[in-house]
Amino acid sequence: MSWTQKILRVNLTEGTCTAEALNMQWANDYLGQRGLASKYLTEEVDPKCDPLSPDNKMIMATGPLTGTMASTGGRYSVITKGPLTGAIACSNSGGFLGAEFKNAGWDMLIFEGKSPEPVYLWIENDKTELRSATDLWGKSAWETDDILHQVHQDPQVRIACVGRTAEAGCLYSGVINDKHRAAGRSGVGTVMASKNLKAVAVRGTLGVGNINDMPKFVEAINAGKAVLAENAVTGQGLPTYGTQVLMNVINGVGALPARNMKNAGFEGAENISGEAMHEPRASDGKPNLTTNASCFGCTIACGRISTIDKTHFSIENKPEYWGASGGLEYEAAWALGADTGVDDLDAITYVNFLCNEDGFDPITFGCTVAAAMEMFEDGVLTTENTGGIELKFGSAEAFVAAAEALCSGEGFGQDLALGSKRLCDKYGRPELSMTVKGQEFPAYDPRGIQGIGLNYATSNRGACHVRGYTVASEILGIPVKTEQTDTDGKPELVKAFQDATALVDSAGLCLFTTFAWGMDNIAPQIDGACEGDWSVERCLEVGERIWNIERQFNNDAGFTSNDDKLPKRLLEEAIKGGPTDGQVNRLGDMLPKYYEIRGWTDKGEITDETKQRLSL
Amino acid sequence: MQKSLHIDPVKCTGCLQCEMACSYEHTGAFNPSRSTIKVFTFHHEGRFAPYTCTQCDDAWCQRACPVDAITVDASTGAKVVSDDKCVGCKVCTIACPFGTINYSQATGKVAKCDLCGGDPECVKACPTAAITYINSDWTGYDRMMASASKSLPAAEAAAS
Repeated sequence: MSWTQKILRVNLTEGTCTAEALNMQWANDYLGQRGLASKYLTEEVDPKCDPLSPDNKMIMATGPLTGTMASTGGRYSVITKGPLTGAIACSNSGGFLGAEFKNAGWDMLIFEGKSPEPVYLWIENDKTELRSATDLWGKSAWETDDILHQVHQDPQVRIACVGRTAEAGCLYSGVINDKHRAAGRSGVGTVMASKNLKAVAVRGTLGVGNINDMPKFVEAINAGKAVLAENAVTGQGLPTYGTQVLMNVINGVGALPARNMKNAGFEGAENISGEAMHEPRASDGKPNLTTNASCFGCTIACGRISTIDKTHFSIENKPEYWGASGGLEYEAAWALGADTGVDDLDAITYVNFLCNEDGFDPITFGCTVAAAMEMFEDGVLTTENTGGIELKFGSAEAFVAAAEALCSGEGFGQDLALGSKRLCDKYGRPELSMTVKGQEFPAYDPRGIQGIGLNYATSNRGACHVRGYTVASEILGIPVKTEQTDTDGKPELVKAFQDATALVDSAGLCLFTTFAWGMDNIAPQIDGACEGDWSVERCLEVGERIWNIERQFNNDAGFTSNDDKLPKRLLEEAIKGGPTDGQVNRLGDMLPKYYEIRGWTDKGEITDETKQRLSL
Repeated sequence: MQKSLHIDPVKCTGCLQCEMACSYEHTGAFNPSRSTIKVFTFHHEGRFAPYTCTQCDDAWCQRACPVDAITVDASTGAKVVSDDKCVGCKVCTIACPFGTINYSQATGKVAKCDLCGGDPECVKACPTAAITYINSDWTGYDRMMASASKSLPAAEAAAS
């Protein structure tokens, strides 16, 4: 079974918490977490609703393996209609919160309506109640976490909350749990704050024991752990360097975008790389990286715990930032660093701390500042717009000032809170927003890696690498090497990655396991935990069903094939120099084939035949 | 040969696999709140510390128990709580200087590490060998060896 088969429905307008049975038919068709919550969302929310209105709902969902001893089995996701994109949003987080939900006996929490006053949800196993959060409103995510731990007098309480940026309506605020893990993208935290829901605090002591076939499950998860330990990426690369192992690799293959994606290749990449995080610094002889760290149940331990140089200008007078906290992951280091041209490791670590402390997405923030920097250098923005900040590419001082402006919610911070699409629209330069469906690109240049461009264009939550990480194949050769500049075979590759990822995101497992695991490692773990036959084929079919139900939500919300596109810069302005010199993304060569193999019309609509095949 | 759990906190990544293994062995469910080994996180220092009973030779908990519910497992030297005898008075939790015997509301008894009868599950579950089960006479010697190795260059420098 593995599901607790219980959902908590929280009506914030009425102030009620009601337990209800999980729809097991849907669980069998959509597994859990991302898939199952997407099914609930599509059944309960009008795709055309205003994402920040009480009509939208926000779902926090675990997977069947969340809270079990499967490696990485601690994930949860936040599913809602996203305010940054207007598309379905699903942001996945690690840490310890998801497992705590499960230990408290809940598969899923559905939040609906809007509370008249700020509240937080307190869950202690079966006991659930909304409590006043009036005194928490205006506090950062870190302060909120500390205060709730004091209130509940239990260090084992796990907390998810929003910071000040979400309260101020920043469109890319995340939900922060365990202080430095985040359901980070698409503005899911902005939705949470729009409901006057400040935090969810959970204590679960019931345990997770409802495994369908325990001996089979234990055998499968032990086999999985052995594969992770023996694999070079999950056994060595990720624990040592985290995802930052990629900075020098991606730069080396000519696919690291720099300065608002004006070009690929960043001369300062080494200074902000995973390797640099190990280098002792001059002031105290300590490296940026204090230790690696695991999320719940994870035997990879890619997490970074870092400190900032106490003598660095950003924190020299701020002792509250002198301790260790969540350090740079690759995407954050790229967006905060390479895309803004800033190669100051301490400055971007500090801004990364702010992202966690006040709950905003480092990818969208970094890219938004990068777009603003380009407009500043073009003279479209001046110091009058920026509140005096000399917002030039490469200026660590300007970048830090921009981050602090966002946290303050005032002045230029209000512009930055819009995200790059609205910001560039506002100042009449829409072509400078590096986005798909309004969401900013991550750290792989689609001109230098063709397949990832198709994935960005078709990702259901807007530009995103973790919807179909074809970089694994196109650069790292996992599971097989494909040529990064080829378009042949890429539609098939993208579809395969997207469907498999949808399944992993619905199981309670971390996507990073798939550097080592194939579906033949994952399916047996689900099969041991859940009732019914969970073969590789069924897992892939469920993944494809999930992809299509998300697509249907977006189509019903008004998205069309016109939204499956890349910015003109990436289609027309070729990379200059380096290993990918002369390349643009050839999306037009891939998209029609992609629609065809998805079983969609040439307008990107799901055909009746495909709906029937997938029982949608 | 008596064996002991040996913990190297520096190797711990805070994954809680040990807590799940312990709770599964003793309760049949993955339930960190019922584990008798606990991993503590010191966020601002970036440190993790697994901690559990060290099985004192002359055990405070055993001496304090008014109903003789704590006995020695002759094969492992572990101090083991008998659920049949424990009355949940919690005097042992006051007596233990390390805090590694704890009361559980779920059972109304105290619980502590029993070394799983000589094959500790936490050791098998730990992915980084932060928890090992070693000859009791060797506890501390790895740290002594590390110190010795550091002292060599200094000694050589002094001699030259």
